[in-house]
Amino acid sequence: MVKVRIWGSLRSATNNKEFVYVEAENFKQLLDNLSKKYPNLKPQISRGVSVSIDGLIYKNSWFAPIKPNSEVVLMPYMVGG
Amino acid sequence: MSPLNNNSQARQFKVIGTRPPRPDGIEKVTGKAQYGADLNVANMLFAKILRSPHAHAKVLSIDTSAAERLDGVKAVITSKDFDRFSSGQPNNILENSIAHQKVLYDGHGVAAVAATSDLIAKSALKLIKVKYETLPHVTDVDKAMEKSAPIVNKGYVLENVPKGHSENVTSYFEFGHGDLEAGFSKAEKIVTRSFKTEATHQGYIEPNACLASMTPDGKADLWCCTQGHYNVRAVCAEIMGMETSQLKVTASEIGGGFGGKTLIYIEPIALALSLKSGQPVKLVMTRDEVFKATGPTVSSSMDVKIGMTKDGKITAGEAKLRYQGGAFPNGTVEMGAQSAFASYDLKAVKTQGWNILTNRPMQAAYRAPGAPQAIYAVESVVDELCEVLNLDPLETRLKNAAKKGTLSSYGPTFDDIGLIATLEAAKNHPHYSAPISKNQGRGLSCGFWFNFGGDTCVTLNVNFDGTIGVTEGNPDIGGSRASISQMAAEEIGIAYEKVRTIIADTNSLGHNEITDGSRVTFAVGLATIKAARAAIKEMCKRAAMIWNIDEEAVRWENGSAIPAGPNAGKFDPLTIEEIAGMSSQTGGPIAGHHEVNAEGAGVSFGVHLVDVEVDKETGSSKIIRYTVFQDAGKAIHPSYVEGQMQGGAVQGIGWALNEEYIYGDDGKLQNPGFLDYRIPVASDLPMIDPVILEIPNPGHPYGVRGVGETSIVPPLAAISNAISRATSIRFSDLPMSPPKVLKAIKDKQRGNG
Repeated sequence: MVKVRIWGSLRSATNNKEFVYVEAENFKQLLDNLSKKYPNLKPQISRGVSVSIDGLIYKNSWFAPIKPNSEVVLMPYMVGG
Repeated sequence: MSPLNNNSQARQFKVIGTRPPRPDGIEKVTGKAQYGADLNVANMLFAKILRSPHAHAKVLSIDTSAAERLDGVKAVITSKDFDRFSSGQPNNILENSIAHQKVLYDGHGVAAVAATSDLIAKSALKLIKVKYETLPHVTDVDKAMEKSAPIVNKGYVLENVPKGHSENVTSYFEFGHGDLEAGFSKAEKIVTRSFKTEATHQGYIEPNACLASMTPDGKADLWCCTQGHYNVRAVCAEIMGMETSQLKVTASEIGGGFGGKTLIYIEPIALALSLKSGQPVKLVMTRDEVFKATGPTVSSSMDVKIGMTKDGKITAGEAKLRYQGGAFPNGTVEMGAQSAFASYDLKAVKTQGWNILTNRPMQAAYRAPGAPQAIYAVESVVDELCEVLNLDPLETRLKNAAKKGTLSSYGPTFDDIGLIATLEAAKNHPHYSAPISKNQGRGLSCGFWFNFGGDTCVTLNVNFDGTIGVTEGNPDIGGSRASISQMAAEEIGIAYEKVRTIIADTNSLGHNEITDGSRVTFAVGLATIKAARAAIKEMCKRAAMIWNIDEEAVRWENGSAIPAGPNAGKFDPLTIEEIAGMSSQTGGPIAGHHEVNAEGAGVSFGVHLVDVEVDKETGSSKIIRYTVFQDAGKAIHPSYVEGQMQGGAVQGIGWALNEEYIYGDDGKLQNPGFLDYRIPVASDLPMIDPVILEIPNPGHPYGVRGVGETSIVPPLAAISNAISRATSIRFSDLPMSPPKVLKAIKDKQRGNG
């Protein structure tokens, strides 16, 4: 199981939990399993999210690996100028 | 082949870190460079767009018949001309380019004409009759949030918006950690202050321009000035109902973008006019149109509360950010809310952000979108606390600075970051201890930005004479052709002058993400290094064939293949010129390519130090001295890195002191031109002194971090803090234009301040 930090305003979709736990070995499995376990996350996930894995921010690399003890943080999809 | 060396600290560079002349220099200084408006083709028509005179109105009818009858007019279009390409809802880009049922801001496009001359096109606009029913409008961010505000654009409210707001509030974000109440209870001083910033335009010198040629069989060529021609292709193909492969987009030279040319405004109009007229169509915006209908950045209203102990430890921080981004939803406040406290190691922090619609043009990214406003507010309050508690502002920032192991305010734990090194550099710089004179103040601010990578394709061709051609797909807005050539030369081991990098059209490479997020030197550089390594591998293989030894027994050094060791055999090195010259005989032309979604860009920090002198009789502020400290990871071409640091500082100076969108009560923009919208010019400025720090990014083979955006983040607070200290008045409203500063000084003299 991977421990995932959820940002504040998204916690309404995770029963106000700051941390949730899902099975995931990569970015895609993380999003798929978060959507299954917490269906209210789906609208935000389909609009786009980034994921920080051990401090590195990934915008959409599905197969970025996640280790069981990785620090995983869900973040809004990053935009720049 | 030698093992790939990813240790940028151990590697001794030969080309990286040097300052060769810019490859586009002669074309640009002699006027030969081809910008968006410079291309002319046979039978080309000239297009103009009719724009709304109202801030908010229903479009009841549009009569184009008289314009169509005018001699020389070849096509007139309205939003209805796009209906046949799509049965669904118009996308925001199209609706922003040409209004559908409503005009949503002063300057919103309504109809467009293509004619045989610019003059005829202008005349035809006057013959188009539009009947409007004006509607109440709102341009102020706080008023737009009120329940009673006119609704700008229905249907965009996301599920995450708390109940009770106006429908103009389209999204809500919240970040942070820790117990805020407990944090504030430990504070010995708490400062709470509200801030406002006005919208500013990216201020690129080259107006948006394009030339489209579309044929009835659905093929089209498009030439335009843009930060991302692959995105132009994707969006325009969707709008025009085209297969992507049938739309070839070529990026012109670009006269500035700064995020503003990541959006699309005129290209779909030019394509539709070309299709309807059967002729190529050129469309060039006027400066008035650029101000009214492109960019600007968001304007904001913010509240910040920070608690501190007497010895300068921040105990808790809270920020509420309200950003308006014009008539369409945007994703800017979440970037600001994540950035606001990123420079600090905090036990308790909370940021909230609301994105809001108003009757203004659709906001566009502007260097580190969302971060300058939020960090301006936070850094102003930190400085005020330092002043009130009689603390050194730099030492206080060092005491609270984020570092490796800090749980960031936006969620992840930081790895190696350069903030403390950057603050130390500022502390040890002569600027920090230099004396200042009467009516002068010294201001300081930290800044932060994320930086990105993204989809990137590079092809590197080894020519028969051993020179290198690099083909990449990102418009060069900051000197990337030089830095990409340097990385190719470094990796292959040849002189910089042997490499030429070009920007390909959309049919020549796979997809490349927009030139944004400070991504190009990082991501395209990474792909170039990998492409060079692929070419080197092939050249080693060809040498092995010639020597009749195993491929693994050959390594690459200083632009030549050599035997890997004594057991490989004794052969004279084969240079790249020799291998390339024989390539036809050894299997064919040699190339390397690399396609990647580059991740691992790495965040960056900057610290700005500024001395400002305030004329207390006029309220005018003059920048006396300005020093920028920024972590570049590894500066590939230091002159360009310094240019980015200086450019960001100058744009921030404009934002802090003068630049603002001014709307009248009628919702119309009052200052759509550079006479009334004042950007800094050379005579306003001292030399901006850049100090590059190099804390390598482990995510790039040479340690590169993005540098293009962070530099616009600190100036707003640094200058505000300087003016506040010079006048002993805390300012919280940008820009700090002379009338505003003078009023504050007079109010204080009268005892009202």
